[in-house]
Amino acid sequence: MEKIRVVHYINQFFGQIGGEDKAGIPPQMKEGPVGVGQAIQKESNDRFEIVRTIICGDNYAAEHLEEVEPIVLEWVRQTNPDLFIAGPAFAAGRYGMACGTMCKAVQQKLGIPTITAMNQTNPGVEEARKYVYILEAGESIQDMKRTLTKMVSLAKKIVDKTPIGLPHEDGYFPRGVRINVRAEKRGSRRAVEMLLKKLKGEPFTTELPLPKFDRVQPAQPIENLSKAVIALVTEGGIVPKGNPDRIEAHNASKYCKYFIGNLNDLTGEAYQTVHGGYDPVYANEDPDRVLPLDAARLLEKEGAFGKLYDYYYVTVGNVTAVASAARYGQEIGELLHKDGVQGVILTST
Amino acid sequence: MICAIVPIAQTVGANRVVRGVAIPHPTGDPSIEKSGEVDIRKKLLTLALKGLESKIEEQTVYKEES
Repeated sequence: MEKIRVVHYINQFFGQIGGEDKAGIPPQMKEGPVGVGQAIQKESNDRFEIVRTIICGDNYAAEHLEEVEPIVLEWVRQTNPDLFIAGPAFAAGRYGMACGTMCKAVQQKLGIPTITAMNQTNPGVEEARKYVYILEAGESIQDMKRTLTKMVSLAKKIVDKTPIGLPHEDGYFPRGVRINVRAEKRGSRRAVEMLLKKLKGEPFTTELPLPKFDRVQPAQPIENLSKAVIALVTEGGIVPKGNPDRIEAHNASKYCKYFIGNLNDLTGEAYQTVHGGYDPVYANEDPDRVLPLDAARLLEKEGAFGKLYDYYYVTVGNVTAVASAARYGQEIGELLHKDGVQGVILTST
Repeated sequence: MICAIVPIAQTVGANRVVRGVAIPHPTGDPSIEKSGEVDIRKKLLTLALKGLESKIEEQTVYKEES
């Protein structure tokens, strides 16, 4: 069987350069496989040959997408591979967005087949699943072996142009593509049977799931800002030093409320961040860089708004399940509303 | 919401969005002096407040007028 020449895109961590502290590195390339790339080659029994690895910091990719994309495209174009693989990104949001975006660009602009893998909670899924085969992966690298096996298997089908199964068969996120299949029974019969089941309260499987858009009805604007009570809320994990309520660094099980009514500024001596998903150095030096209390107080004194609420709410939005985060938001919103707050400024990292 | 990565904020349904400085410091810039950072924070909060008093029908990103 012919060798499949591959270009592999990974982040600074899988590129063995560093962790969050290196998330700002610009794109660089190495000839041959790096780290996980070697595992991919092995998984394919060496049929896949990673000829080039492109490494880019997650923050750099997220913040400079328009510059990174053409660089990646050029490096891919130079080697003219048979396949482009990105990740796996698991639940890492910035990484998943970069993987999805790079795959989409390579596929659409260079016509080269691509594949990536990430967890269903990854925002990269919504960004790219309509354009790219995204294999469904677990939350973390504990799922690496299984993910690589499935990814290599699907990638081979893509390159060899052998028939690819339905999403649940081959383990990828539905791309919204419709193919014609011949059913045993005609549509009218299937519809009536489904309706009868529904009427009897029996389980049934819909043939067309209604789309779920994450859209929220915009709240009404604040009418009189100069009299309004505004609250600061953050998912950036800013807590009193020592993390007295033990908010977790990832997949937070709670949110907390802290008094700031007598403060004009957050200092690194009294506060810290406990968020495990970004480089904490800057926030620990000056927590206002994530929860902007000092500027909020100045604006309050200048009359830009009525009053700053005496407390702030905090959680950690790192690999925190969307359902949990939505519940925290709902509860925090209700608590603030009950306490007379009219508007919230939420900072996110 | 003040967030460095606007597309993620939009994907999860945030309606009023201001672009933050960077992921580890959405309302800060360690490369400049503190007084400059406070100015940046005031600008971002001012944009956020503008968002809070604006009537909108769809997701809107608030930017400084250049």
